[in-house]
Amino acid sequence: MVTLNVNGAPFETDTDPDTPLLYVLRNELELNGAKFGCGLGQCGSCAVLADGRPIFSCLTPISVLEGREITTLEGLGTIDAPGPVQAAFIEEQAAQCGYCIPGMIVRAEALLRRNPAPSDQTIRDWMEPHLCRCGTHMRILRAIRRAIDGGGAETRARDGETPA
Amino acid sequence: MRKLLVAIVILLVLGGAAYAWAVSAPEIEAIEPPDPASFDPELVSRGRTLALIGNCNECHNAEGGEPYAGGRPVESPYGVIYSTNITPDPETGIGRWSPEAFARSMREGLDREGGHLYPAFPYPHYRLLRDEDIEALYAFLMTRRPVRAEAPESELPFPFNIRPILAGWNLLFLEEGRFVADPSLDEPRNTGAYLVRGLGHCGACHTPRNLLQAEERDRFLMGGENSGWHAPALVGAVPAAVPWTEEAMTGYLRREFVEGHGIGLGPMEPVTRNLSRVPEEAAVAMAAYITGLAGPPDPGAGDRAERVAERSREPIPTGLGADPGAHIYAGACARCHEHGTPDRLAFGIELAYSASLRLPDARNLVHVIRNGVKPPPGEAGFYMPGFDGALTDDQIVALAAFLRARFTDLPPWENLEDTVAGRDLEEDETGQAILGLVRSGGDG
Repeated sequence: MVTLNVNGAPFETDTDPDTPLLYVLRNELELNGAKFGCGLGQCGSCAVLADGRPIFSCLTPISVLEGREITTLEGLGTIDAPGPVQAAFIEEQAAQCGYCIPGMIVRAEALLRRNPAPSDQTIRDWMEPHLCRCGTHMRILRAIRRAIDGGGAETRARDGETPA
Repeated sequence: MRKLLVAIVILLVLGGAAYAWAVSAPEIEAIEPPDPASFDPELVSRGRTLALIGNCNECHNAEGGEPYAGGRPVESPYGVIYSTNITPDPETGIGRWSPEAFARSMREGLDREGGHLYPAFPYPHYRLLRDEDIEALYAFLMTRRPVRAEAPESELPFPFNIRPILAGWNLLFLEEGRFVADPSLDEPRNTGAYLVRGLGHCGACHTPRNLLQAEERDRFLMGGENSGWHAPALVGAVPAAVPWTEEAMTGYLRREFVEGHGIGLGPMEPVTRNLSRVPEEAAVAMAAYITGLAGPPDPGAGDRAERVAERSREPIPTGLGADPGAHIYAGACARCHEHGTPDRLAFGIELAYSASLRLPDARNLVHVIRNGVKPPPGEAGFYMPGFDGALTDDQIVALAAFLRARFTDLPPWENLEDTVAGRDLEEDETGQAILGLVRSGGDG
């Protein structure tokens, strides 16, 4: 028996402790935001947060997550009241097929919680582990920028700098 | 013991200062920066190859900076040393250095003005270089794009910030003379010796260093360290599960994924990337020399490795109450690393052949678990996701202990918790102890 805390609610499961979190999220909790992409930690579409830090849920066994706060895409807002990063992705229409977007949003969320004013370079470096096969990278970057400052300032050279 | 160390340091400082006073090196006159077109393109091209073998681009290149413009912090047990700008910028680089000034820096560790460079710059190795190779390196560097970039001041405490004491260090530790071929070695072993001992400066990481950071000559290539990574022994206690062959090591040095060995990681990654970009002869010669030095392999080693590998192919013990490390391996690692998984195509090494699991401590393994493996930005290469954030320290300890037990026939690591917590290992502590004593001026 493993007890998980997902989006603020406890969840007990009899699934084998070495099962990657992604399967429990999708098959048992029916939280389908996180996607199965490569299953090898190489694409980022399965990303969720553990204690605020992004992890690849396809490669993280549930046994290591007891006592930690797991946040999925669904934990960041609802359709009627999306969170700020979710809202910015909608406003910028950052999705083409959309498969990578939950991971992108979750990873961007983790950055903004730690660094509310990242530079463009920091954003690029931070988002680097995630792949988008459709090529909407520029919209994704714009969406993250919009989540930071409403899209007013296009670029920012250094972390923490006030937009010009 | 500590009193003795302090005495040694004080003697070195005083002796070095007196010696430096007596023999201080003259400035070599500045020249007008040479016209890049004045260098023979063939010489420049040979210089490029030599610069890659010498890994000049690794230290003289800050992250995100211009090639060869320096500014990269190089950690030493005594403090941080910043690499210098070796582009031909006349003000901040080596644009006004004559060929003589360049050759002197390579052999004696002196800048054009006669000031001492720290031996983080491997002049104790480069002194072995032939004149024509130094000339080619000069031609290569003087034809790079000049970049204006001042290297930050190194951050070393007293007395290590007094550069003239390095005259004393050189007196004690800097050997003299050029490379001399060993008549008992055939080719390409002598070429390999020249590259390994000289330009490639393999010993800078793979040879243990004494308290004053000089390589211990009688323990050549017997295992050292760099940037918190263990640099495995190439001679003596070689950690490879399967003995190296010349062919395997040649491939490894050229960044190929070699069956039974895997790929170079950590500080070895850029070395192998550089060697993959020069003609194969360099790696062939280096591999011939190193495997020759290591001597004939222990005849039972291959069989032992196969027995360990066979044993490790049993089903992963993940039942109720199983080792937490087994659960982590099964859920996080097995997908790419377990024998027979189709995803081994992603180049996860079968861990029974991983040298990281066979080292005296778990440093390298912990680095890889936390940070994964990834190519430099914008380049293709081997990839493994990092598990920093997914695994806690305790979980990494459990995983490392499980891997060591399942995939080797070696005893459990001692002080594994300390390694994972990043607490100083014993080797580092000695250096820190001297430093602490010198800083406080006291005597423990």
